[in-house]
Amino acid sequence: MKKSRFSKLVFFLTLVFLFMPLFVLAVYAFNESKNMLWTGFSLVWFERLFTGSRNIWRAFWNSILIALTSAATATVLGSLGAIGINWYNFKLKKYVQTVSLLPLVLPEIIIGVSMLIFFVGIDLHLGLLRIYIAHTTFNLPFVLLVVISRLDEFDFSIIEAARDLGAREHQTLLRIIIPMAMPGIISAFLIAVTMSLEDFVITSFVSGPGSSTLPVHIYSMIRTGVSPVVNALSVVLLGGTICLVFLMRPFFKYIAHE
Amino acid sequence: MKKNHGLLYTLPTGLWVTVFFLVPVIIVFLYSFLDRGERGGIVWRFSLEAYRDMASPTFLHILVITMLISLAATVLTLLVALPCAYYMARSKRKSLYLFLIIIPFLTNFLIRIYAWQAILGNSGFLNNLLIRAGLIKNHIQFLYNEWAVIIVLVYSYLPYAILPLYSTIEKFDFSLLEAARDLGTSHPGSILRVMVPNIRAGIVSAVLFTFIPTFGAYAVPKLVGGGKNSFMLGNIIADEILVNRNWPFASATSILITLVTTAALGLYVLANKSAARAAQRKKT
Repeated sequence: MKKSRFSKLVFFLTLVFLFMPLFVLAVYAFNESKNMLWTGFSLVWFERLFTGSRNIWRAFWNSILIALTSAATATVLGSLGAIGINWYNFKLKKYVQTVSLLPLVLPEIIIGVSMLIFFVGIDLHLGLLRIYIAHTTFNLPFVLLVVISRLDEFDFSIIEAARDLGAREHQTLLRIIIPMAMPGIISAFLIAVTMSLEDFVITSFVSGPGSSTLPVHIYSMIRTGVSPVVNALSVVLLGGTICLVFLMRPFFKYIAHE
Repeated sequence: MKKNHGLLYTLPTGLWVTVFFLVPVIIVFLYSFLDRGERGGIVWRFSLEAYRDMASPTFLHILVITMLISLAATVLTLLVALPCAYYMARSKRKSLYLFLIIIPFLTNFLIRIYAWQAILGNSGFLNNLLIRAGLIKNHIQFLYNEWAVIIVLVYSYLPYAILPLYSTIEKFDFSLLEAARDLGTSHPGSILRVMVPNIRAGIVSAVLFTFIPTFGAYAVPKLVGGGKNSFMLGNIIADEILVNRNWPFASATSILITLVTTAALGLYVLANKSAARAAQRKKT
């Protein structure tokens, strides 16, 4: 039985490759000195992070605000869109399908640049509003895909039965379609929140001065070199990420689907 | 007769993506054919200046570098991702492994780049380690070259390649491999000739998921590259928009990236169609 010794080796080396940088980062968050030379255990960088870094936390709350609002908007619009695309045939269907999936496949920088040029053109200068619009836009395709894959799974006859029994469109929508699509809708929302929290490239283009999200702020900190406060922040974020992934575990099915 | 509510349902999504995605992309397309304004912006006068500027040796060099870096990153990613996905799909602990692959993937993108800065930097982890071990006297510059960019790109997009490969390999009927081996094919031979054609859709998705973002990469070359052979098209766009304020040129470069991306996607659609046709032929 030597069938997968090679792939096993590659897989475990890949895990080392994937985790080693994060591990080093986390260990050096507890280092006393400012550079990557180990001098002793210390929590000074965490102290600095939680007490002396108001800008980081302002950016953090911006990120949370944008993530929740843009994910919510994208989830509502995208779920309705998914229902329409999945169950009806109409004139502009191909158009909506194509255009709404395109943001998914173009490199981020193209979306960032075109939105920046657009916002300047319509004279929209509110940084947070720009970021909210941009994030909703790139989140819509994810919501569409995830909710459509959930809708694909269930039996159309249930809806026909509801209609035959006299349910109106909004009753069918609220009592049958949405409850049944709920796992898909929730996982779409979670993916959208993650995507929004994660985005740097598009945000850095559309955000003006004075409004930054956490990734944009981190960028401004690491551009000038290593800063242990970022290490401490990474540890906090890593913990948060692991919790979030744990919450998302039941929804993996739909993510792996795509 | 029930009414067709399809348009009503999709109207909000359709409007949103039209206004905030399609219109901006069309504007960029138009801008690429206009004259540049003195202090940014454009002048409404038709001009091919932006496209003419692309013929400069500097730009062509960056175009070739971008192509090479993203191809190298894609090939490396695929070579690593295939065995990984194969192992994961055959193992008994699928969900644990999936979970492990996804954790770094959900770690903030910039933190992942930063981790490599901290490791490969001049006074970073690796240099300190080598100096302490007495292997080198002075630090080696690992960062700011094409290899650093390639490594960090592979690191960033590896999970994007593993996931689609995993989901196609998982559906693959492994008894076919055993059949091939019973008929006398070697292990690598059976994988190449039986499994690879069957998981082609996954391979093509994995290639696209790495090639497209790496071709338009901006943050990675900005932070760990930037040298003569590690400055990419994405960096030109940002510099032209933010520093040189040459919007038509930035737009034209964006159009170039969009065209290459669309061409890659077109190949994908064609490959899928021919695969579907081949499957149909097999059935009949």
